[in-house]
Amino acid sequence: MTETTMSAGGPGTPPIPAFAAPGRAAPSLRGKVDWQAATVVEVRRETPNAVTVRLALPVWHAHVAGQHYMLRLTAADGYTAQRHYSVGSAPDDEGHIELTVDRMPGGEVSGFVHDVARVGDVLEVRGPLGGFFAWPGDRPALLVAGGSGLVPLMAMVRHRRRRGSTVPLRLVACARTPEDLLYARELAPLPGEEHTVLYSRAAPSGYPHPVGRLGAKTIAPHAAAVLADERYEVFVCGSTGFAEHAGRLLVAAGVPSSRIRVERFG
Amino acid sequence: MSSTTRGFVGRHTAAERDPRLPPGQYDARHDFPVLSAEVTPELAAADWSFRVDGLVDRPRAWDWEQAHALPRETYDGPIHCVTSWSRLSTDFGGVPLDAFLAEAGPRSTATHAVAYSHTGYTTNLALADLTGGRAWIAFDFEGAPLTPAHGGPARLLVPHLYFWKSVKWIAGLRLLDHDEPGFWEVNGYHHRGDPWAEERYSGD
Repeated sequence: MTETTMSAGGPGTPPIPAFAAPGRAAPSLRGKVDWQAATVVEVRRETPNAVTVRLALPVWHAHVAGQHYMLRLTAADGYTAQRHYSVGSAPDDEGHIELTVDRMPGGEVSGFVHDVARVGDVLEVRGPLGGFFAWPGDRPALLVAGGSGLVPLMAMVRHRRRRGSTVPLRLVACARTPEDLLYARELAPLPGEEHTVLYSRAAPSGYPHPVGRLGAKTIAPHAAAVLADERYEVFVCGSTGFAEHAGRLLVAAGVPSSRIRVERFG
Repeated sequence: MSSTTRGFVGRHTAAERDPRLPPGQYDARHDFPVLSAEVTPELAAADWSFRVDGLVDRPRAWDWEQAHALPRETYDGPIHCVTSWSRLSTDFGGVPLDAFLAEAGPRSTATHAVAYSHTGYTTNLALADLTGGRAWIAFDFEGAPLTPAHGGPARLLVPHLYFWKSVKWIAGLRLLDHDEPGFWEVNGYHHRGDPWAEERYSGD
């Protein structure tokens, strides 16, 4: 728990309620970060609706898993469009980041990434950004992902694996169908990991979990693990609807909201 | 200055770009994305209160009824989120912050404020950004009570700054004689957050 340091209210002034979960990014990442010209070194299809672009960065700041970058595109007439994308790669992938981008209907930036971007292109990026939805890997974590909400959480899984860490990590990943599941080949739990993959529309025959929305029964064992170890923190990422639903399930299962960090895609 | 991206054709030409959009923003039209770093709290109107204290002559709190007894206004202009979406027309209903501040009586030494939520989220604002008809406590959106995900039952509304300044589930304002960075500001975000100056992150 953080303590409020606000004293200027004077004697008899009630304390401002403290926001329980502290920021996690290293102070060195909180300074100014400039736009830079990154080079596309790989474009990889992940699912029918998602591609990963791997970028080489001239100026390298290792991110904390969970952080994001801004991507800016500029048309010949000077018109620009920029969006935020989570980094899916591990922080020790020196000199590189990987952004996994979902195609949005009519999306002018995601459409470009899917249809136009190719190896050798130069794209402007700025980051790493965001110091709250970030996991340095020092504490056990429960990660709850809806759709492309898996991207920043996969950076956490990869971070743990590349460091050979033994910190317990739990992942609940929700996708519409098996073909929509990002990073499927990496979603086999390693020692110290617990994974639950759920499908909301269609699953392979004989799949052990029911097809449908994430439910209390699925969350229960993960929430119990969080409650049994006070070091655990929880990261939820997905659409607004998913994040609201998952947050409610976790709180209903007894997880204090002060231990839950949420990132919503608009 | 940005350099041209090979093969990128925007949704508009630079000349067609809506002049109401600050630099780097796009028009989300009727979308109203939800962004917050925490689980949406269940806060009933009956449990809501708003307090103004710190460097004021008459620190006090208003409950739901008392706040609703103050003069109402609407705001129908643009809002801008630091994640790059803007919504050019809105319809918020609430009470101007000036009305609360007039009752509390800011001291001449007060220059800044920390706005805080019932969940402990904080943000810093210059008092000058909160006065003069530019800030409200909003209760309604498009004629209906603000939903919890959008900060209901009541949120701060400071639409001329990036929307992280418009604290959801607003609980109070503490007036100070100095600037004290809040939740996002200590996590790398700009202290003021003027969208027209593109003050997104530290050092912008």
